[in-house]
Amino acid sequence: MITRGQRILFWTLLVCSVLMAVTLLRMRERAMDRLLASAETMPLNPPSGRPVQSVTMMIANDMDGSVQPATLNVALPLDANARAHVILQHLIVNYARPGSKHPIATNKGVNEIFFMDLPLEPNQVVPGTIAVVDLSASFVEAHPSGIEPETLTLLSFIGTLHANFPQISQVRFLVDGQQRDTLAGHADLTRVYLASDAPGVKHL
Amino acid sequence: MRWIEDRSSQPRGSRACLAIAILLAPPLAGAQSPPSSPPPPPAPPAVVRTAPHFAVVIDAAHGGTDGGARLSDHLLEKDLALNMSVRLRSMLAAHGISVVTTRESDSTLSAVSRAEVANHVGASACITLHATTSGSGVHLFTASLTQIPMTRFLPWETAQGAYAEQSLRLSSEVDSAMTHAEIPVTLGRTALQPLDSFTCPAVVVELSPLHISGKETALSDPAYQDRIVAAMAAALEQWQRDWRQQP
Repeated sequence: MITRGQRILFWTLLVCSVLMAVTLLRMRERAMDRLLASAETMPLNPPSGRPVQSVTMMIANDMDGSVQPATLNVALPLDANARAHVILQHLIVNYARPGSKHPIATNKGVNEIFFMDLPLEPNQVVPGTIAVVDLSASFVEAHPSGIEPETLTLLSFIGTLHANFPQISQVRFLVDGQQRDTLAGHADLTRVYLASDAPGVKHL
Repeated sequence: MRWIEDRSSQPRGSRACLAIAILLAPPLAGAQSPPSSPPPPPAPPAVVRTAPHFAVVIDAAHGGTDGGARLSDHLLEKDLALNMSVRLRSMLAAHGISVVTTRESDSTLSAVSRAEVANHVGASACITLHATTSGSGVHLFTASLTQIPMTRFLPWETAQGAYAEQSLRLSSEVDSAMTHAEIPVTLGRTALQPLDSFTCPAVVVELSPLHISGKETALSDPAYQDRIVAAMAAALEQWQRDWRQQP
């Protein structure tokens, strides 16, 4: 026979357990939000001990459809792939700033950049290097949809890479390591872009 | 690699002449004819000159499950493109221009299907309609393909390359009409499907809000839409006149 006191004790303990579980879940969510918020607003610090170099950024402007060069001093790592990654990341941070003329509401854009010497196959005659830019899915999701903004973003990336790494003759884009049809519904990501498409050679 | 037979590389009017020749051909034996009436004398051979057929293809981008860009809380790119397509078709038809549209309703259509429709018509101009919230005025795009020689069979992925120069001329025509209508224009080249597979002079017209001296006109503004449609119709009428004067 269960006494009334035991029943009260049981229900009290059960209610306390549920309340503690809800409280813990809520605290965990808040901690996760704080962590994400701090990560998103974390400034892009230059790597310590690295030489500061002058790099050329090809900055897009939605209002007149142009891509114009701008010079910036950036501390760069020695490895070429890492250097290209830092340069494009600075470009994306520039687009995420308030008042940007080519606004993209995220400052996390590029997962990795790989350089591969051409020709990839013996029967190909294309000289130079192909750069494979692996964009993050969050960047693609946050990118404005439209032919002009998407084309300008690609031209800006290609132009910036070509300006700082003249050996790059082709650029290919992936999203989280996978081929994707378009950047945000328009610009074709299935093709390989020639560096001669770059704004330094041909303006939009 | 997929290839496409370029019908427009045939001499102009040849298909029309063929159709007329079939119509004028004597009926086959056993075909239905009044048995009592004497057979008509054979018509003397005549050279029938018909005006080349000028047709415009209007491709309203996106549709169905593909909404395109969200232009406002209540307006999607696919709906605006379809609306503009219908209005442009009506205006061109009122001026006696044959128009074929890739879609007339909110239906999903693949890039390949759009190109197949446009290429089947053998159009004299192809206009693809898009919209975005970025930039100002109208963005005109042509394919970022280099000119390739016109051949009977063209590679599907780069067929538009054979029309690169004509597309630039068509783009210039639309640019002039937009400028005349005081709508700012941005010219560009892009890699876009199905544009690269069109076997016709082709231009992508991307509409965006109007920003003039700090004042913004939204894409949903009917007066702004009317100006754009009127300018495109004027450009295509001028293109038709230029097209007829070509040898």
